[in-house]
Amino acid sequence: MSEEPEQTRTIAVDMVARVEGEGALRVTVKDGTVQNVELKIFEPPRFFEAFLKGRHYEEVPDIVARICGICPIAYQMSAVHALEQIFGLRVEGALHDLRRLIYCGEWIESHALHVYLLQAPDFLGYDSAVAMAKDHATIVTRGLRLKKAGNAIMTLLGGRSVHPVSVKVGGFSRVPLRRELEDLKDELLWARDAAVETVRWVTDFDYPDFETDYNYVALRHPDEYPFNEGQIAATSGLQISAHEFEQHFTEHQVAYSNALHCTLQGSPYMVGPLARLNWNQEHLTPLAKQALADNNIALPLRNPFYGIIARSIEILYALEESLGLIERYEAPPLAAAPITVRAGIGMACTEAPRGMLYHRYEVDGDGVIRDAKIVPPTSQNQSRIEQDLRLFMPRLLRLPDKEAALACERVIRCYDPCISCATHFLNLEIRRESSA
Amino acid sequence: MSKPEEEPQKPRLAVFKFASCDGCQLSILNLEEDLLALGQALDIAYFPEASSDMKPGPYDIALVEGSITTPDDAHRILSVRRQTKMLITIGACATAGGIQALRNWADVEAFKQAVYPSPEYIQSLSTSTPISEHVHVDFELWGCPIDKNQLLRVITDLVAGVQPRLPADSVCLECKRRGNVCVLVAKGLPCLGPVTRTGCGAICPSMGRDCYGCFGPSEGARKGPGLPPNTASLARHFHGGLQLVPLEVMRRFRGINGYVSSFRAESNAWEKKT
Repeated sequence: MSEEPEQTRTIAVDMVARVEGEGALRVTVKDGTVQNVELKIFEPPRFFEAFLKGRHYEEVPDIVARICGICPIAYQMSAVHALEQIFGLRVEGALHDLRRLIYCGEWIESHALHVYLLQAPDFLGYDSAVAMAKDHATIVTRGLRLKKAGNAIMTLLGGRSVHPVSVKVGGFSRVPLRRELEDLKDELLWARDAAVETVRWVTDFDYPDFETDYNYVALRHPDEYPFNEGQIAATSGLQISAHEFEQHFTEHQVAYSNALHCTLQGSPYMVGPLARLNWNQEHLTPLAKQALADNNIALPLRNPFYGIIARSIEILYALEESLGLIERYEAPPLAAAPITVRAGIGMACTEAPRGMLYHRYEVDGDGVIRDAKIVPPTSQNQSRIEQDLRLFMPRLLRLPDKEAALACERVIRCYDPCISCATHFLNLEIRRESSA
Repeated sequence: MSKPEEEPQKPRLAVFKFASCDGCQLSILNLEEDLLALGQALDIAYFPEASSDMKPGPYDIALVEGSITTPDDAHRILSVRRQTKMLITIGACATAGGIQALRNWADVEAFKQAVYPSPEYIQSLSTSTPISEHVHVDFELWGCPIDKNQLLRVITDLVAGVQPRLPADSVCLECKRRGNVCVLVAKGLPCLGPVTRTGCGAICPSMGRDCYGCFGPSEGARKGPGLPPNTASLARHFHGGLQLVPLEVMRRFRGINGYVSSFRAESNAWEKKT
């Protein structure tokens, strides 16, 4: 960039790839200072909360799965836990374990997709994993096979990996035989070793020197790494149940985005693998703890680019956890607990691959949904992504516009944003202005 | 760079997204090892979900995910069509309008107000419509999500210059082949399998539950190829045999593929009886 005063100009890079959802970024720079950062999400609204009204509670898991093809289990899990709370039901024992197991499958699938296919090409200098495969075939093949291992868990328990069909209020429509689960073990053992390799591989990447303070928000549970249960914890000191979510977390609309921004007591915060790992390291499995030590990964991690490390640790955790759950599995007598329908309001948070996912439902005495509210992880991270970009931009101002834009995309990709709560492209635009 | 013009031209593939959940695009990435083979057989020229390298058209094959729900998208699909030799819709949204087509029975302004505090910022059409209501479609892949093996088969056929064909008979036949006990008869569940297109592997009855129609209507069982299934007879059985009230029968057909004509007509008929 020239030091001389410049004309106002707009630099647009059409379509940042390898993120999830349709959106755009506009950064306004005036006299060398970042004026404004707007992450615009123009993914068409689909109005799930509106058309859930009037549907029967039994239809909810099939409907909310369609919010996200990449994390359908997360939507199903938050939904069934919120609805079970209304009906005074607590799912325990083998059914609780199976819910953890299918969630492990989703984390493995979604994290492997992001680590290998979406984010690693940034660090190794490729446009895509297919292009990367020409030089790094073994690594890409390992990533695809890891992803497949996650899909295999989801397919066995849910019938298929995208929009699984077996999750229902009370449990499942069918539970697997012990023998069927055991058939997964060999592949999961291979995948566990591959996950150890993955942590080593990503730790060796060159990371930008960019540390900052985050308000990390994640579920915390006394006994386990969180999936479906736990209190909401924030670095700022908050510790609440999902019931109190809406008293502290507020969604507001901005003119430039189709996604609502959620803030915690008016400020940005971060959800997702980094937040979870920083809050819950004592509940990691032995090999995951060992991988932290072997690779000199000291928590808390405070660099958003380390999200890929946190995701890799969670892949390893989820594989060890899956093997443990399979080991202790005894098929339950009933695939689902019986339901007594009653009117009420229920709230639940679970940990989607991209972070905490809040659902609230109001149900009438016939089991019909009267109101619904859903707060996905990406709407929670949106303000925090903008804040990161504001902090990161000053070091990019000397770069040519195109390179600066690409660097911004990389910051956005750290969050694995799921904008349709799934994938698409961003338009990226940097506007440089001068008062001269 | 030596004589690139003499290298054989690989067919150019593009993947476009409209209003959707991305599950069908994920099904492409779920091809796993076949994905790399696909990358060798085709020039994946435009696939923003997977690659930053976005090459301009024209394209030989375009896979289109998602339905048309905004004025911009209604315009954009015309340009996709102009750049594309073979346009293939992937999934229930692109082929039938998707779950978000439930808005077609509602007041979208009220929907906006239910979800957004400032609804005036939101650009949205009052309907969610399939791609075929906007442009000519060469082949439609059903399913929510699509079956990745059906996709692979269709692409393989197209690359080989063969007109793709997929079975259109009902889930019942697949259930019989798998040896499933009929959940409609044995458990009294309101299974849509008798009127739903095969292709999923009959996974719902295999998982002990009723099919909910995510592959859209089957063809031919009653009147011949290309003609709709006998939804009226099944709906009468739900009501008379399984004791579903008309509202429940209506909801059954007004789901993921609720906007496709035969399911739409059936749900509308039962709505009148509620």
